[in-house]
Amino acid sequence: MTDYRFESVPEVREGLRKVDYLSDEGIAGIVYLADRLQKPILVEGPAGTGKTQLAKSVAEMIGARLIRLQCYEGLDEAKALYEWNYKKQLLRIQASGGEGDSWETVEDDLFSDEFLLERPLLEAIRADEPVVLLIDEVDRVEVETEALLLEILSDYQVSIPELGTITAKQIPLVFLTSNNTRELSEALKRRCLFLHVDYPDMDREKEIVLTKVPDITENLADQVARIVRSLRQLELKKAPSVSETLDWANTLMLLGVEQIDADTASDTANILLKYQSDIAKAVREFAADKQGFKQFAPGPK
Amino acid sequence: MTSPDQPTPDPVSNGGAESVGAGGAGVDTVDPAELLAGGPILELLNGFIAELREAGLPVSLTENLDAMEAIRHIPLEDREAFKYALAATLVKNNAHWRAFETVFEVYFSLRGSKYAIDDDTLDADLSDLLDDDIERDGQGEGGGQSGQGGGQALTPEELQQLLYQAMMKGDEALMRAIARQAVKRFAGMEPGRPVGGTYYLYRTLRNLDLEGVMEKMMEASRQQAGEDGDPMTALEERLERDEFEHRIDALKKEIEAEIRRRLVADRGVEAMAKTLRKPLPEDVDFMHASREEMVGLRKALIPLTRRLAVRLARKRRHNRRGPLDFRRTVRASLSYGGVPAEPKFRHPRPHKPEIFVIADISGSVAAFARFTLMLVYAISGQFSKVRSFVFIDGIDEVTSYFEGVEDVTEAVHRVNTEADVVWVDGHSDYGHAFEVFHNKWGKEIGPKTTVIILGDARNNYHASQAWVIKEMQHRARHVYWLNPEPKSYWDTGDSIVSDYGNFCDGVYECRNLRQLEKFVETLT
Repeated sequence: MTDYRFESVPEVREGLRKVDYLSDEGIAGIVYLADRLQKPILVEGPAGTGKTQLAKSVAEMIGARLIRLQCYEGLDEAKALYEWNYKKQLLRIQASGGEGDSWETVEDDLFSDEFLLERPLLEAIRADEPVVLLIDEVDRVEVETEALLLEILSDYQVSIPELGTITAKQIPLVFLTSNNTRELSEALKRRCLFLHVDYPDMDREKEIVLTKVPDITENLADQVARIVRSLRQLELKKAPSVSETLDWANTLMLLGVEQIDADTASDTANILLKYQSDIAKAVREFAADKQGFKQFAPGPK
Repeated sequence: MTSPDQPTPDPVSNGGAESVGAGGAGVDTVDPAELLAGGPILELLNGFIAELREAGLPVSLTENLDAMEAIRHIPLEDREAFKYALAATLVKNNAHWRAFETVFEVYFSLRGSKYAIDDDTLDADLSDLLDDDIERDGQGEGGGQSGQGGGQALTPEELQQLLYQAMMKGDEALMRAIARQAVKRFAGMEPGRPVGGTYYLYRTLRNLDLEGVMEKMMEASRQQAGEDGDPMTALEERLERDEFEHRIDALKKEIEAEIRRRLVADRGVEAMAKTLRKPLPEDVDFMHASREEMVGLRKALIPLTRRLAVRLARKRRHNRRGPLDFRRTVRASLSYGGVPAEPKFRHPRPHKPEIFVIADISGSVAAFARFTLMLVYAISGQFSKVRSFVFIDGIDEVTSYFEGVEDVTEAVHRVNTEADVVWVDGHSDYGHAFEVFHNKWGKEIGPKTTVIILGDARNNYHASQAWVIKEMQHRARHVYWLNPEPKSYWDTGDSIVSDYGNFCDGVYECRNLRQLEKFVETLT
């Protein structure tokens, strides 16, 4: 495997921009490295910052098929890797009943490719064309189940007792996303490059709004980004995510707002924030000017 | 940050467009390529990784090798790329990012030819920028100085003026130059002087009067808005202020970076890395946390509670199997021709414990009590009931403060200000507090109750009244004591932990988030 997908970091960045994903230096750099080092990327960060979107966009950029494994509690080998199609196997046995097939041939037959049901991980390994494998919300599976990912992540192969080891025909780009609801195991982390996607800084957020919200004015986008940045600095239960920022910008466009004032912001805060206490806090902040607020804030005790 | 191929919103693009990482303060510094040429990069990287381990980051051997491999693939002269390559391979937990960044700054921002401690270049830098600035703005003032090493010749007032202009425009290059100039002038750094960086930072900032600059900027934008016809609304003003604060923070970071750079040049990398070493958020000691660390702790607490809640809920669901469910077993046996091949079990319904938190909130341990209360309430869904009591020498129930409140922080704040906990003099008196507790609420402790007592048991030589705890132990399911002091201090001076500990099911040292998390997990 000597031919790499990307030449340089700027190329990755440019490519992602073309499919409307605005990356920053870090994101593009790590995607580039993942290709060079042939290592999976573990993407972590708050909800709604475009972790899953990153995998989708990379797939779109390199024209690869996206294979997605959504993780959940209770995910097992049969759902993630492969399963034997036992109904079909039963039929095969019954069909051979009358004719004098020896048991050996039947047995050989039973555990052949024909009766194997591919699940996402195996599918990604056996694909001929380029694929991007997305293992979504990996923190939802139990620690024990993580182990089933390890072989594929480090060696890009799957061992099936009856068939032997299946090695990847091409090394897929692998993304794992995590919302950090639990600490992932050391073994898993060690095999991955780690990428923390945080809320974008103001300039990038503004650009994102400009690209994703059609016809929005520069001025409005700037205001949106500034207000969202202010909000994120507050101590909230759930800070507004990028997707909520976009929803908000869209709403403002629909309402025909050109200039955001405190009233508009307060009226539409429920789109940005999802907890009543957060909304109340934000409305209070919009109204009060910061100077005054600071003076009354509790000092160190 | 800003991408190179997009027109940047900032009006000046004199090198300002070069990307500076999210927290990136360091600039013009090393060029790792130069290091590589000489071959010491491997050695440097080894030192770097050793230091990361010292700082508490778990870097494994594979990760070390990955890092070496990774930097082969990136252009080494790109410092940002170099940083991300190392981070992606070595740091696998976002909470460790700051520690990584500090170590990185020390190890990789300090050498290389462009790094000039030497003051001539510094002045030349500033005066160059100044010249550019003047040309751009067409302002005449200060123009005469460019011939003679401008920066040096600037009076403090002029520097202040320059700073104001740079901040107003958000000119990163100029801000950087000013930061360096300011450190050189005001910090009064002398080689070999055994003073920490904070001292120099303080001296520099004192001379720069950033508050004043801030006010001036706000005044200017207000005026600007006034001239344009419509004065700023409160919201606009707030946003403007946020923007300026952001810039001031950036300047402070530049200054810190410059000080660090000079300190490293003076003392060497290893010594510096050692002084800058800070505990990771989960290892910060509750009792001695600085204000900044407190903020970090609070931030770390939120994801922690989320993680903990998920884990506890999961544990409850999976931990045990209930008794055999006869009906469902028979039902399932039908598909095996009546053979009960697949036994079915009842879903376990483990009871949720009822929690009584009794917390000492006197000065020395207040922070610890605050954190524990926040943590317990944040995961209160995992318990059937939580009641809380706080004391100093008097005791008061504060459960109602938390009821129907979504914002735990606020409730905790109310606890600290409103609860009636002073009986005589406001010095801890565990004995009296326990006695009152026993008389008022002691009967409400039942066999489902877990009592958690928080405090250092420094009783100011009052009577211990340990029988109350003994009584509690009889009635309650468990009694735990959490002590925020290091174990070696227990039972020294007026601490009487063991007197109480005799009657507890467990006494735990609980000095940081890590220990607190571990304890809470054992609760359910």
